[in-house]
Amino acid sequence: MTSEMYVVRGAKVLGGKAADLLIEGGVIREVGTIDAPKKARVVDADGLVALPGLVDLHTHLREPGREDAETVATGSAAAAAGGFTAVLAMANTNPVTDTAEAADHILDLGRRAGLVDVQPVGAVTKSLAGQELAELGLMARSRAQVRVFSDDGRCVHDARLMRRALEYVKAFDGVISQHSQDPRLADGQACCHEGEISGRLGLPGWPAVAEDVIVARDVMLARHTGSRVHVAHVSTAGSVEVIRWAKAQGIAVTAEVTPHHLMLTTDLVEGYDPTFKVNPPLRPDEHVEELRKALADGTIDAVATDHAPHARHDKEHAFAEAAFGMLGLEQALQVVNTVMVQPGLMSWEQAAQAMSVNPARIARLEGHGRPLAAGEPANLALVDPAASVTIDAADSQSLSRNNPWHGRTLTGAVHATFLRGRPTYLDGEVQQ
Amino acid sequence: MKHLLSAGDLSRDQTLAILDSATQMHDVQRREVKKLPALRGRTVVNLFFEDSTRTRSSFEIAGKWLSADVINVSAKGSSVSKGESLRDTVLTVASMGVDGLVIRHHASGAPAQVAQWVDAAVVNAGDGTHEHPTQALLDAYTMRQRLGDLDGARVAIVGDLTHSRVVRSNLLLLNTLGAKVTLVAPPTLMPSGIAEWSAAEGFATSYDLDEVIGEVDALMMLRVQRERMSGGYFPTPREYTVGYGLTRDRLRRLGPDAVICHPGPMNRGLEISAEAADEARSAILDQVSAGVAIRMSVLYHLLGGSGDE
Repeated sequence: MTSEMYVVRGAKVLGGKAADLLIEGGVIREVGTIDAPKKARVVDADGLVALPGLVDLHTHLREPGREDAETVATGSAAAAAGGFTAVLAMANTNPVTDTAEAADHILDLGRRAGLVDVQPVGAVTKSLAGQELAELGLMARSRAQVRVFSDDGRCVHDARLMRRALEYVKAFDGVISQHSQDPRLADGQACCHEGEISGRLGLPGWPAVAEDVIVARDVMLARHTGSRVHVAHVSTAGSVEVIRWAKAQGIAVTAEVTPHHLMLTTDLVEGYDPTFKVNPPLRPDEHVEELRKALADGTIDAVATDHAPHARHDKEHAFAEAAFGMLGLEQALQVVNTVMVQPGLMSWEQAAQAMSVNPARIARLEGHGRPLAAGEPANLALVDPAASVTIDAADSQSLSRNNPWHGRTLTGAVHATFLRGRPTYLDGEVQQ
Repeated sequence: MKHLLSAGDLSRDQTLAILDSATQMHDVQRREVKKLPALRGRTVVNLFFEDSTRTRSSFEIAGKWLSADVINVSAKGSSVSKGESLRDTVLTVASMGVDGLVIRHHASGAPAQVAQWVDAAVVNAGDGTHEHPTQALLDAYTMRQRLGDLDGARVAIVGDLTHSRVVRSNLLLLNTLGAKVTLVAPPTLMPSGIAEWSAAEGFATSYDLDEVIGEVDALMMLRVQRERMSGGYFPTPREYTVGYGLTRDRLRRLGPDAVICHPGPMNRGLEISAEAADEARSAILDQVSAGVAIRMSVLYHLLGGSGDE
């Protein structure tokens, strides 16, 4: 905890009325009109929107194993620069996060970096092999207190195994975050939305139905087991339909959508640029529109980045052989602002729900996604909603450059991020 | 024209220029001394990430008859498994001072990616299940020899369309030349999004070869790859032949002046009967013979002088 004192001057709290926030000892002391004490540092937030610190349910930090692509420290810096105060680190590292020891190691790396709370996601199955359950209970009981489990990158496609996983994690209020991809309908070759463009380009298609059928199966398994299931990176209109139906039945399903699936479409792969190769793939407009609607109406609970850094040499292969994934942490809020808030599809309050409150609730992360009110932890982001920013891939905290927004102009900029009262990003710099 | 990556890169004029030069090259091919000095001092590398004896030798002979220095580099196997990126592999070759890179790759789009990294002219010699533009040029050349101008000519392409790079290039090129194309295959072997695609480009599709066969000027039979036969795309080879093979019976219903093409290698008895392959309407050996002339013409247009000659 810091003893530093800050007064955030004139921020529009959740986009509403302007107020001052007094931050001291890691908490918000007061919200209102504040005479700044002498020792307080004043942060001018005139015209800025104050949001609870963002929470990313889906981040790949690559450490341990691929420290040339990203480390917990560099990924944390990217997160802080993007307005995040907590990220969930996916389990597909090397070694895989499939034991309590591995989970605690990630937790410790995050604490050492000190820029965001790095909460490990545990693997559902040993080595992500889809055969036997990993030590879910030991991970839950570890210091890291893992609550989210995922074989992300691979689908837990064996229905019996998925059922057991869902049942088992009920004991400690866990959730299975599923990468929904039927491996028979979309195999390892599938690298592009199946449709006219994949047909023309001669690329192995990844049909929307390969996602839809797993989502449909999983919500029925969740109903049968009475467990929580979370649908990672929803990319299809069909999944949205199923999730909307399932929620209406009272099934405990939650869902996330990535910034890239909210904005980018499958035609971007026409030049075979592997920057746009991602799993699930970019989809056509009609899917993107449904995703935006579903996020706006709450069918999709959260925006999660699926931040997936890759070394250049893993992307500079033929399209079908290049690595899947794209960066997301630094542009997530800008994308949500550009495609959802600015066009009037969502209020800032809803954006705060989708990017902080809901993900924190799904992950059972206490201290995040809290109201900006006196007595609450001072985890917050200050956002300039009107800034026009042309994205340059070279200008990034990440070690990787696979940035799909390179050259695009987005609206909005993170001005400052506070983690428990300490600025982690301020004046355009990550505060190491 | 800097590269030849897609048959769609070629305008009608450019296509006709290549086809016309190929006629001249074809004459050279019949001479005793076949060498032309056009590409003397230029270096062409055949960079093949996938084996293809016939395409490689065809490009090699084409380059040599134009007096280019031709080097064959085999880079078989995925660069991923070798731990070297495609970009590094290609730059290593290109930095030796290469004027033309003829690329064959098992993955769609690789030549287009390569063209962004190198100064050399890139020729797509077949990429994955995407395109094979010189095959489409030689097919058009062969059909024109038999049918004359292809404007309005009715061409059916039959077979494994999903996995065929030949069909994609042929669609584009035949469209440029004004031919009316019908694609024929069982639904499982039609490319993804074929309904939208055909509507956008104005070609027809059919699941029924018998409905189409009496109405065509040219019939292009595509090879059915062995691995598809057990892949659940259709039940048995026998059933495929009954539905989509150019059988003796269907041959009788093909017009007397129609042309039979096949890019090879053929599965005799499967997609094409022996009678069909060997009879007078078959232009299959003409296609092979045109291959060298077309590749000479392409290399000449890309690397010979200004390119507008």
